[in-house]
Amino acid sequence: MSSDPRAPIDETLLSVDGVSVWLGGRQVLDEVSFCIRKGEFTGLIGSNGAGKTTLFRVILGLLKPNGGTVHLDGQDLGRSSRSIGYVPQKVVVDPDVPLRSRDLVALGLDGNRFGFAVPRRARNEAIDAMLDAVDATRFANARVGSLSGGELQRVLIAHALMSRPKLLLLDEPLANLDIRSEQEVVTLLGKVAAEQQIAVLLSAHDMNPLLEVMDRVVYLANGHAATGSTEEVVRTEVLSELYGHPVAVLHVHDRIVVVAGPAPG
Amino acid sequence: MLSSILVEPGFFGSQPVRTALVVGAVVALVSGCVGVFTVIRGQSFAGEALSDMGTLGGSGAYLVGVSPLWGYVGVGMVVAGTMELFGVQRRRGRDVATGIVLGAMLGLSALFLYWDTVDHSTTGATITILFGSLFTVSGVTVPATIVLGIVGLGAVALLYRPLLLTSLNTDLAAARGIPVRRVGLAFLVLMGVSVSLSSVAVGTILGTALLIGPAATALRLTRRPGLAMLVAGGIGIAVTWLGILLSYDSYYWPPAKKGWPVSFFVVAAIFLFYLAVDAWTWWRSRSIRASRGDRAVRVHRPDPEARDEVPCSRV
Repeated sequence: MSSDPRAPIDETLLSVDGVSVWLGGRQVLDEVSFCIRKGEFTGLIGSNGAGKTTLFRVILGLLKPNGGTVHLDGQDLGRSSRSIGYVPQKVVVDPDVPLRSRDLVALGLDGNRFGFAVPRRARNEAIDAMLDAVDATRFANARVGSLSGGELQRVLIAHALMSRPKLLLLDEPLANLDIRSEQEVVTLLGKVAAEQQIAVLLSAHDMNPLLEVMDRVVYLANGHAATGSTEEVVRTEVLSELYGHPVAVLHVHDRIVVVAGPAPG
Repeated sequence: MLSSILVEPGFFGSQPVRTALVVGAVVALVSGCVGVFTVIRGQSFAGEALSDMGTLGGSGAYLVGVSPLWGYVGVGMVVAGTMELFGVQRRRGRDVATGIVLGAMLGLSALFLYWDTVDHSTTGATITILFGSLFTVSGVTVPATIVLGIVGLGAVALLYRPLLLTSLNTDLAAARGIPVRRVGLAFLVLMGVSVSLSSVAVGTILGTALLIGPAATALRLTRRPGLAMLVAGGIGIAVTWLGILLSYDSYYWPPAKKGWPVSFFVVAAIFLFYLAVDAWTWWRSRSIRASRGDRAVRVHRPDPEARDEVPCSRV
């Protein structure tokens, strides 16, 4: 059993084996394979249209791949899994929608059940604690549609964490955030992964904000994936082969820049 | 006494009035609750289409001699299913096709309404179907409306949480294992039932007024989804009862001295109420912003001693 307390910390949680997906006559993913260990922070890096969202939909069980398998905790994925928390990309909520931050967090707990929720003290305390954990207490009673980008991301993370998942998927959560909120969200996720032993898989087109917290990188290009530590993957040879085109990986101070064309010098 | 000025004698003693009050309240409550989700989901257009196409069902039912309610409900179910099949719930989806089908349906309704009028040598059918008439609701339509209303309210209560999450974001709902398409179809059917009921009260043309108006007003007043449904239902009941009261009072009003239609008063009340709430929220947000602006100026002053210095913006 995976709940054995003596289980090693580097046990595999998610394994994606040879997943291929065709959408509208185009091959989006071609034999993509990688695995994620428990409590690990993984960055899924790729440009727009590289297939990051498609890969998430496969992992969530919302899209059946044309080939390959996905296992979570050693078990084949069913139609959808409660053990995965999900923050979709570009969540836009109209300011008119009568829903407070705490209501959205509550829907993460039991939004799939029928009928109205019975307000119990334990339930309210769990919601308050989660709002506090993501530092969202200040706008707990504000309308979701009135929140800033960074505030909304924190509430969505709280929503996803309410079902006590083993894996948290975040699709481009840093897009459209200002630099300060970006750093706050990354720090929060790093804390969640470390403290609660939740594996985080976060997609982004820029890896730089993640360098501090990232244990592993899955680099997606041309439908193929390369995986390993940042040092192993983000190298001129590896990425040139992945893109099928010469690229150069430049280190500028502590930042990494990937540009087209052969390495200078 | 105020009550005798507002309420003409014999109001509460009249059987049609009492029926109208009960049926109107049930219809308004269902419309308010379903309306809140209709507005959140941005499906006002689908509601309008469902209501308009109800004209075909109502006029057809009249022609074969059954209550228009059955026509509304029957057509509502078929149209809701078709909409789900072709994904035309939102305005931006397949505009032209919806417009053409809607036009054809209304053309057929015109023919049916003409036959109804010729058959019964009265324009009563046309008025009843297009503009409704709470005072003429009778027979089996009364219990049928109430039962359908209770079923509708039960369905909203049952679907409340999955519907809320689906309305907010379909990806978020799907990841929680909610069958998004099935919930969407269930809601369209629910909307079909709701506009059928409001068509009985205010007619097929004004059917969406009772669905959208009170809900849109309620969304301005509350931050909680459950409360929004209660407030919308409350506003709906208030405007419907006000409409019944004024219509009863208008019996001796010019020009015809035969009373003004309930639907007119209901829709006018919805409109005026929305305007009033809109003005009030605008005034309130303006005064809140003004007080916030004050505080911001104070926070940005680095030193109370420096108050007399020229602000940067003027340099």
